[in-house]
Amino acid sequence: MSNEGVDGGRRRFLTAATSVVGAAGTVAVIWPFLKSLKPSAKAQALGAPVNADIAKIEEGQQVTFIWRGSSVWVLRRSKEMVENLTKGDAQLADPASKSSNQPDYCANPHRSIKPEYLVMAGKCTHLGCAPKLRPEHPAPEIDPNWLGGYFCPCHGSKYDLAGRVFKSQPAPLNMPVPPHRYASDTLVVIGEDPEKKA
Amino acid sequence: MAIIPNPHKTTGLLGWIDDRFPLTKLWKDHLAEYYAPKNFNFWYFFGSLALLVLVNQLLTGIFLTMNYKPGADTAFDSVQYIMRDVPYGWLIRYLHATGATAFFVVVYAHMFRGIMYGSHRKPRELIWVFGALIYLCLMAEAFCGYVLPWGNMSYWGAEVIISLFGTVPYIGDALQTWIQGDFSPADATLNRLFSMHVIALPFVLVGLVAAHIIALHEVGSNNPDGVEIKKKKDPVTHIPLDGIPFHPYYTVKDLVGVAGFLIIFAAVILFAPEGGGMVLEKPNFIPANPQVTPDEITPAWYFGVFYAMLRGVPSMFNSQFPGVVVMFAAVLILFFLPWLDRSPVKSIRYKGTLSKIALVLFAADFVMLNYLGMNKPDPTRTLLARIGTVVYFGFFISLWLIPKFEKTKPEPERVTE
Repeated sequence: MSNEGVDGGRRRFLTAATSVVGAAGTVAVIWPFLKSLKPSAKAQALGAPVNADIAKIEEGQQVTFIWRGSSVWVLRRSKEMVENLTKGDAQLADPASKSSNQPDYCANPHRSIKPEYLVMAGKCTHLGCAPKLRPEHPAPEIDPNWLGGYFCPCHGSKYDLAGRVFKSQPAPLNMPVPPHRYASDTLVVIGEDPEKKA
Repeated sequence: MAIIPNPHKTTGLLGWIDDRFPLTKLWKDHLAEYYAPKNFNFWYFFGSLALLVLVNQLLTGIFLTMNYKPGADTAFDSVQYIMRDVPYGWLIRYLHATGATAFFVVVYAHMFRGIMYGSHRKPRELIWVFGALIYLCLMAEAFCGYVLPWGNMSYWGAEVIISLFGTVPYIGDALQTWIQGDFSPADATLNRLFSMHVIALPFVLVGLVAAHIIALHEVGSNNPDGVEIKKKKDPVTHIPLDGIPFHPYYTVKDLVGVAGFLIIFAAVILFAPEGGGMVLEKPNFIPANPQVTPDEITPAWYFGVFYAMLRGVPSMFNSQFPGVVVMFAAVLILFFLPWLDRSPVKSIRYKGTLSKIALVLFAADFVMLNYLGMNKPDPTRTLLARIGTVVYFGFFISLWLIPKFEKTKPEPERVTE
């Protein structure tokens, strides 16, 4: 093939322009594929807030509700349990919940809106296992200073009854508290923040 | 250089094909006239065995897919259906599950052979890199397959492994949701892992295996002495003096390896298909339950090493991320092995005592970490896992450091008997 009389500059420009348009098109077409991996409309709908009726929960009892496919626990703590929450601060990694995940209105020692009721995602912050409620105390086989709490069977992380993690555990943070609000005294809506007071 | 059709000048029907497709050429280049060193020992069985297991996985996988139904509501029951109602379904599933275990046994032996005899050294760096990619792909494939029966261990295994991506700073949560396609491992997660397991990853795997073998046949096989047989060729035929054609010599030799392998493989499948909980784990005999974590989450045995590292590294800066980084680094460091190893000789046979101790220590460390990963942690074991992690990475550094002062023995001119 002869290259005589070819305008090299024009050819290079056309090659570059074609390449750029082609590359842009390729990138653009990847986008819907990446987007398709996000939760579908159905999954989003199933992830809507759930109502939790807490009227029948007895003192010391924990009930599991399902929100977004995972457990959300509602624990009704006795007076003694609430009082014990302040006694173990020294052995907690994040007693004031400064680094942990919870709505602002639950960043208090009892990590809830009402001290009596703890609403918490039942998920160890290590690798997502479900810790077991161990309210009895003392329990030297778990910890010499056990005041009741949660014990993760997977890798042995320990939490108190507000889901606050002990020091030097595999789990780095307190268990997360999901957004929730009280629609009435006995009805909690999990997945929605309280309405702001005007 | 242009392609010359039918370079071997065949005639008749074969000639007709060879004029159009390089059938004879492929046969000769890769089997009948591929000259491999004559001093292969039993360690060289594992390459062909890996190929055999790959074929086993592909064939049994095709038949399993005919009866398996992906989906959170159907997966567990369809696996039980395969086990109980499909004629010989149990055999096909056991072949596939035990095949996964066998794959890792064979691949670990194959990799150890490579490290021992310097098969990753120049000019075989790319063979090693393709091999490391195969290993990475195999790990992903094994994880996806592990989740498919949707037993309780499948579910929580998925939860734990996908959570690893959730530890990435800033984007972790969004990344985890994106990978799962839901807010927790769910139907969408199972279906996409199924898609990866039966389409995407097998394609990549087979392609990488082809690249691995093409690269091998381009440069020629290494051998236990680590010397190049291509340096001493017959002056007339240009065939390496220490080379013998792969077919029939090594095809027949490998058949002995295949027979030995199949005896063990069949024994496991027929007499201990659960492998004492190593091939199929007990908690996976109950359906997935997002509300109840099994008492102990242990990984499949072939991931024990990496799991021990993950657990051993303490949380730092309120994050589990450092452990995840260390775990992935343990796999990624394999890719740099060809350039980390600075010894003037390839094979362990001609290295000094210190190198030999380092290799044995590395192998023992690998076994120890694997044991730790599969068993409950306690303070002593966690300490051992931390020491083991340091030793693991230390071995790769030793490959760089030891040659700086170690005296090696002279390599022979030709391979030894």
